[in-house]
Amino acid sequence: MNGVAIITLILGLGLIAWLSARAKAMRLAPAASQTGDRSRKRPLLHSLPSYHGWYAALWVLGPALVFLAIWANVMPGLVTGRVLQDPAAAALPMDAMSRSAILSEARNIAQGNAQAAFDPRANALIEPYRSANRFYSLGGALAALMLALAGGAFAFTRIRPDFRARTKVERVVMSALLLASLIAIVTTVGIVGSLLWESLRFFSMVSPLDFLFGLKWSPQSAAMGYGNENAFGAVPLFWGTIFIGAIIAMFVAIPLGLMSAIYLTQYAKPAARAWLKPMLEVLAGVPTVVYGYFAALTIAPNMRDFAAWIGIHNASSESALAAGLVMGVMIIPFVSSMADDSINSVPQSMRDGSLAMGATTSETIRQVLIPAALPGVVGGVLLAVSRAIGETMIVVMAAGLAANLTLNPFASVTTVTTQIVQLLTGDQEFDSAKTLAAFALGLVLFVVTLLLNIVALQVVKRYREAYE
Amino acid sequence: MSQPTPPKMSARNVNVYYGEKQAIQNVSIDVDTDNVTAFIGPSGCGKSTFLRTLNRMNDTVASARVEGEITLDGENIYSSGMDVVQLRARVGMVFQKPNPFPKSIYDNIAYGPRIHGLASAKADLDVIVESSLRRAGLWDEVKDRLKDSGTALSGGQQQRLCIGRAIAVEPEVILMDEPCSALDPIATAKIEELIHELRGRYAIVIVTHNMQQAARVSQRTAFFHLGTLVEYGSTSEIFTNPREDRTKDYITGRYG
Repeated sequence: MNGVAIITLILGLGLIAWLSARAKAMRLAPAASQTGDRSRKRPLLHSLPSYHGWYAALWVLGPALVFLAIWANVMPGLVTGRVLQDPAAAALPMDAMSRSAILSEARNIAQGNAQAAFDPRANALIEPYRSANRFYSLGGALAALMLALAGGAFAFTRIRPDFRARTKVERVVMSALLLASLIAIVTTVGIVGSLLWESLRFFSMVSPLDFLFGLKWSPQSAAMGYGNENAFGAVPLFWGTIFIGAIIAMFVAIPLGLMSAIYLTQYAKPAARAWLKPMLEVLAGVPTVVYGYFAALTIAPNMRDFAAWIGIHNASSESALAAGLVMGVMIIPFVSSMADDSINSVPQSMRDGSLAMGATTSETIRQVLIPAALPGVVGGVLLAVSRAIGETMIVVMAAGLAANLTLNPFASVTTVTTQIVQLLTGDQEFDSAKTLAAFALGLVLFVVTLLLNIVALQVVKRYREAYE
Repeated sequence: MSQPTPPKMSARNVNVYYGEKQAIQNVSIDVDTDNVTAFIGPSGCGKSTFLRTLNRMNDTVASARVEGEITLDGENIYSSGMDVVQLRARVGMVFQKPNPFPKSIYDNIAYGPRIHGLASAKADLDVIVESSLRRAGLWDEVKDRLKDSGTALSGGQQQRLCIGRAIAVEPEVILMDEPCSALDPIATAKIEELIHELRGRYAIVIVTHNMQQAARVSQRTAFFHLGTLVEYGSTSEIFTNPREDRTKDYITGRYG
């Protein structure tokens, strides 16, 4: 029996349980009103009939569906185990790789995912696969149905006038919501766990000290067999990331973002603000890949020409400056909207107080609004930095691959994210130091971004409290 | 009561509009340095709006429009040649809710003198800060912690800090917009005492919704109702023998 049919069947049972439990509860209500004493001034049925319905439906659906979900994961193993006990399986080769290849071929044909086998030895196993599949799916379906019926019967017997179905349903709702939020958390934990695990494998091959403080990055040479020593020094990558994301980009984003926020909050008339602010926020909606080719095709060549014009002739066409400038533009709306929020949350009375002292608008901004809004602005900038250093597309397209440790903005530098992309694209074996280095880089990036976010949110929060 | 000296500020036929809505109708009034002038009236009667025309704080409200003439020492403050920044240095203001800047007590007081260049040396500034705090009756309470944040003071102390901040630029007029409405009775009493001491040195205009306060601190009282100036005269006369029925109804608590 296939999965859709059994699930539909169980849902149908759930509906029947809902209707009949509700009907039973409704029948109980007048019965209770005839026998119950009227001196107690509370409803004779503790919960509304529909809650009894939900209670029964949940008992039908919950255990059966949970069982099916588990069964779907357990079944393939059971099926394979049964196939291997078949006499036809005795002919399988002993080495694990061709054995599993033949088995999976037979499985695919049995399930109708493939038409014919490359390896004739698979053909003998098709029929055993089919029968094992039938056996276990029928068994699972029957067990699920039994569970559904048993659950329904249990719930049905518990329906009494004073049964607190409403409270039980509330508890189920709460657990469902809890489960939903746990899934997000568990996913995060899982991602961190896999990062950690793969990074540990990497650090078993390369010393963490060499990785964190080494000045030479050439994973290709390690892959070509020159050994892992001195090939995985990530400092040039860290520097490139900071140079582009935290220095050049911020040189663009902080002044422009801050000034546009000041203009929008202090000088722009409401009408102007109404269309300028959304326009600015459009910048945040441009896909980063578009910024990427804008940086690579428009800005980078111009930067090289500009470098030549001011007399630097060895400028690279993939410069830190091009990537950083474009990334700065990308971050402007981010800085601007954080600064906008924090300037706006400085109370109007502060501004009035300063103006009433005879200060001009710009004196008020410089001496009262900006200092008062500073923590919020700093928090916003930290968040912007954490975004910039995690940004990938722009630097992949415009920053280049050469791991240079340089202060020259016209030179090519590379970043952590660019290298992760480089290390993981194409055919890779997942047990070499070269590939695992990507996970170590990812871990460093994750930790730094996390710390930046925590600090930034803390700063912003403390500041918000100051004006509550 | 009134002296033969010319009034410090005088308003003639002032109308104020917020967009289409008229908030003040045809108000004429004189304010002088020897008397504290109180504006009283029910909520929404326009007393605060009118107060804010006297230092052009309504300029910060985009939809506000002022007609008529208001003079400071005979000079029209709404004429095109008037420097608003300079005007506000001469006509200081204290707000309903204490609004010290998130700076130290010292820097709060020094804010005005610094932006107007009133002190050339640190020592001069120290003198201004001390004398302003003394006049605001706050010096003894804060002299040992001038570096502490102004926002860490109690509400009453914050309001006296704001008065000190206004005094520090040596204004000629001080406008107070319900300065005690956010304070407890003890802090209120201190502010009222302070107003008594400041009288004569500055022309003081105080908006209050508290009639007892008006009676206690002012020598002249103006009663506003629905955007018009109903009655203006000496405080004792307004409270004991009002000419207008509306004034009488208000001060006897018929409405308000």
